[in-house]
Amino acid sequence: MERRARVQVHDLWVDLREFHLREINLEIAAGEYFVVLGPTGAGKTVLLETLAGLHSPHRGRILLNGEDLTPLPPERRGIGFVYQDYALFPHLSVAENIAFGLKLQREGRAQDPGPSRRLVIERRVEEISRLLAIEPLLARRPQTLSGGEQQRVALARALVIEPRLLLLDEPLSALDPQTREGLQRELARLHRELGTTTLHVTHDFEEAAALGDRIAVVNAGRVVQVGSPEEIFRKPASEFVARFVGARNIFQGELRPGEGGYSRLSFAGMQLAVVTDLVGQVQVVIRPEDLILSRESRRSDVCTSCRGRVVELVDKGTLVYVTVSLPFDGAPASSCDFVGVITHRSLEELELQEGTEVYLAFKASAVHLIPK
Amino acid sequence: MHFLDEMNLPANRMQIVFAVLGALLILFVAWPLLRTVTGSSPAVVWETLLEAEVRRAILLTFYCSALATAIAFVTGVPLAYLLARSDFRGKRLIEGLMDIPIVVPHSAAGIALLLVLGRNTFLGRAFSLLGIRFVSAMPGIVAAMLFVSLSFLVDTAREGFKAVDPRLERVARTLGASPWQAFWRISFPLAWRSILSGMILMWARGLSEFGAVIILAYYPMIAPVLLYERFQSFGLTYAQPVAALIILICLLIFVVLRLVARKGRE
Repeated sequence: MERRARVQVHDLWVDLREFHLREINLEIAAGEYFVVLGPTGAGKTVLLETLAGLHSPHRGRILLNGEDLTPLPPERRGIGFVYQDYALFPHLSVAENIAFGLKLQREGRAQDPGPSRRLVIERRVEEISRLLAIEPLLARRPQTLSGGEQQRVALARALVIEPRLLLLDEPLSALDPQTREGLQRELARLHRELGTTTLHVTHDFEEAAALGDRIAVVNAGRVVQVGSPEEIFRKPASEFVARFVGARNIFQGELRPGEGGYSRLSFAGMQLAVVTDLVGQVQVVIRPEDLILSRESRRSDVCTSCRGRVVELVDKGTLVYVTVSLPFDGAPASSCDFVGVITHRSLEELELQEGTEVYLAFKASAVHLIPK
Repeated sequence: MHFLDEMNLPANRMQIVFAVLGALLILFVAWPLLRTVTGSSPAVVWETLLEAEVRRAILLTFYCSALATAIAFVTGVPLAYLLARSDFRGKRLIEGLMDIPIVVPHSAAGIALLLVLGRNTFLGRAFSLLGIRFVSAMPGIVAAMLFVSLSFLVDTAREGFKAVDPRLERVARTLGASPWQAFWRISFPLAWRSILSGMILMWARGLSEFGAVIILAYYPMIAPVLLYERFQSFGLTYAQPVAALIILICLLIFVVLRLVARKGRE
């Protein structure tokens, strides 16, 4: 079967008791690794289950390579599914789990019974097990495997039937950080080698950015932005997306026409010349890693620099999040808090402590504006 | 006395009091059983077993209860699956209804069945066209046993299906299984232990039924009815070996079945 299906979702609406999807439109290219990113409860799993045919949409269509899947039951869609906690069949061995789909295929076309068919199944189970490095586990029961091993088995079970589309529901979130990193690389490798169109659902932006060719951000059952990781990261379309991808500095701002093609942006007590078509009220977004912290004022034409005071240091091990309140001697009510991120080494070099005077700078290009 | 609880602590005073209270109840069950079984000499019990009437009654009891269990398996397991998996209006009502036979006095259950399956009722006549008669006949015994014991199978099977993660079935579907295949290859094998223990419970409950059976079918005589008749006609001395025999056989079978079920669990 063709592994690289193009997926089109047209105006999909789903109503379940706890979750609903509204107006979902997605275009996923053949062979693309597409990530759906959103908070818990956004309806991500429901979206996957609907694509797999496990819920019927109350409106809309799902096309695979132009073929309308909407009326087909799950067993006739050729879509592989891997659940968050793997859902391995506990009464079957690893080998039997993997062979499950293949055996059903045999029953579908009964013209070729007999031992040759069994050998074919055995060989394909072996092949996929080699690809996922789980050959030593084949005789084991799922309950005796670690989380990472179970995940590999679940992937093997879904991939061995050569699905046209692979659906992954939070495949890494139940794993410890080390296993997780290994499996993340593994998913990328599998995708490179097999080229199966993949739809991966997660609530973790870093995971989405590391794996996704493109990302769709969903919230409350709707797609709120689709784009490359870079676009989502740099140009969030809404305050929700900005917050979700970790742009910690979001302020209300106002744009007024200025001279020479520039607009004057005022926010957080600052004035700044920017190039934009927008006017009026906007939201101003600056990522923590785009803030430059120093102990002395560094005036230059590409940077805006302001004096503030360190009010909080949050040590995350290798990185330290520094909250800076502007202006330096502002009353708490009228001051603005910026969050920057620096390495542990910089923290020591800058000798920052709570209360320290610090200069905060950023390039005009680091400022992203969202119309209100 | 020494208890090893999870924390491996020596018994405290509360546990000792509880143990004494519990022991009273254990004694209450074990004493009469032991008294009956040991009260008759093995020779007399053996002789009783050789009586054709007794043997016939015991075999009939086992057979009827097994038949009732089989009927409940075919109809009750699908019902249990629906109750475990689907949500529909009136589900609670059905669940309650299926438990009512446990609380209704069994003689009342017998009367209720007689009103529906009796000779001059619609169902009674319809079945008599097929040559099936309920009153004073084997099918009546099966019907009575089925009625009073089906709750055990339906409830246990339902809990068994509920314990199977529905996502296992969903994954099976995406791997190419039809709803039937997903049921037979995933849900049924995973719920099988519960279903089996429900069947054992139901069968055992059917064996012990008396009240509903005598109203529908005093004859042919099942073991509990035979015992009752011996007691009524000949007194305690004659009833005792029959009682001992029945208790022994039930005990034996129950233990064997429990072992089988436990083996299936491992």
